[in-house]
Amino acid sequence: MDVTGICKDGTLTVHLEGELDHHAARGAMREIGRLIDENLPRSCCLELSGLQFMDSSGIAVVLSAWRHMQRLGGTACISGAPKQAARVLCMAGVPALVPGIEME
Amino acid sequence: MKQQNYMKLEFPSRSVNEAFARSAVAAFAAQLDPTLEELGDIRTAVSEAVTNCIVHAYPDTLGRVSLRARILDGGVLEITVKDTGCGMADPDKARQPMFTTGGPERSGMGFTIMESFMDKLRVRSAPGRGTTVTMQRRIRRRGSGG
Repeated sequence: MDVTGICKDGTLTVHLEGELDHHAARGAMREIGRLIDENLPRSCCLELSGLQFMDSSGIAVVLSAWRHMQRLGGTACISGAPKQAARVLCMAGVPALVPGIEME
Repeated sequence: MKQQNYMKLEFPSRSVNEAFARSAVAAFAAQLDPTLEELGDIRTAVSEAVTNCIVHAYPDTLGRVSLRARILDGGVLEITVKDTGCGMADPDKARQPMFTTGGPERSGMGFTIMESFMDKLRVRSAPGRGTTVTMQRRIRRRGSGG
C-alpha cells in the first residue's frame, strides 16, 4: 500500500495505491495524518483510483482523515473510488459525511 | 447440496495473511467464472472474516485460522472461516452495524458487509472455544458460452 500526498493552493491530494485492508490500514492512517499535520491544508482529497481492493478497514481510514480535517476546521472529500471500494464506503454511510463517492 | 470441489487452508493469524486468504479463495472461485463484481464481493467478505479472527479471536496471541472453500451444486461457493480463539457470548450483537470492540481503527461493519456481499451468512460462536463463520454465494452462469 503506497500513500503519497501533494499539496497545492491549500488542497492536499492524497493518492492511495494498492490494497487497503486491516494489514495496511494503520500505516495508511498514520501517513495521511502526518501529511495533514505537515501541510495543514484547508481541504484534503483522498484520491482512490489506484486502489485494487478495499475492505471495511478503509472506512476507518477515510473517517480518520475526515475527523482530522474537522478538527482543523477544514473539509475532506474522496475522488476516483473504484466500484468495489465505493460499495464498501456506501454501506457504512460514508457519503453523508465525506462527499465525492460515485456509484454507477 | 452435493459438493463438487473443495480446498482447505490453514495459516497463523498474522495480518499479512489477509491478502493471501482472499487471493486464494478468489483463485479457487475462478472455476465458476464469476464476474469481476462477484469476485470483488467474495474477496471483500473473506477479508472481513479473516480480519475478525486476527483482531478479535486472537487479540494478544497468534492462533490458527482455518479456511475451507467448497463448490456445491448450482454454482454455489461456500466459504468457512474458523478460529479457536476467544469466541463471543452474543454473536448477534457483533452482527449489528457499527458495533465493534476493536477501537478507532475498526468500523464495526465487517459482518454487515459479509451479510450484504454474500447470499447467506451463519455465525456460530462460544466464549473460549472460537468462532465459525460460514458464507454462501451463488455464482450465476453467464452467456450462451457458459
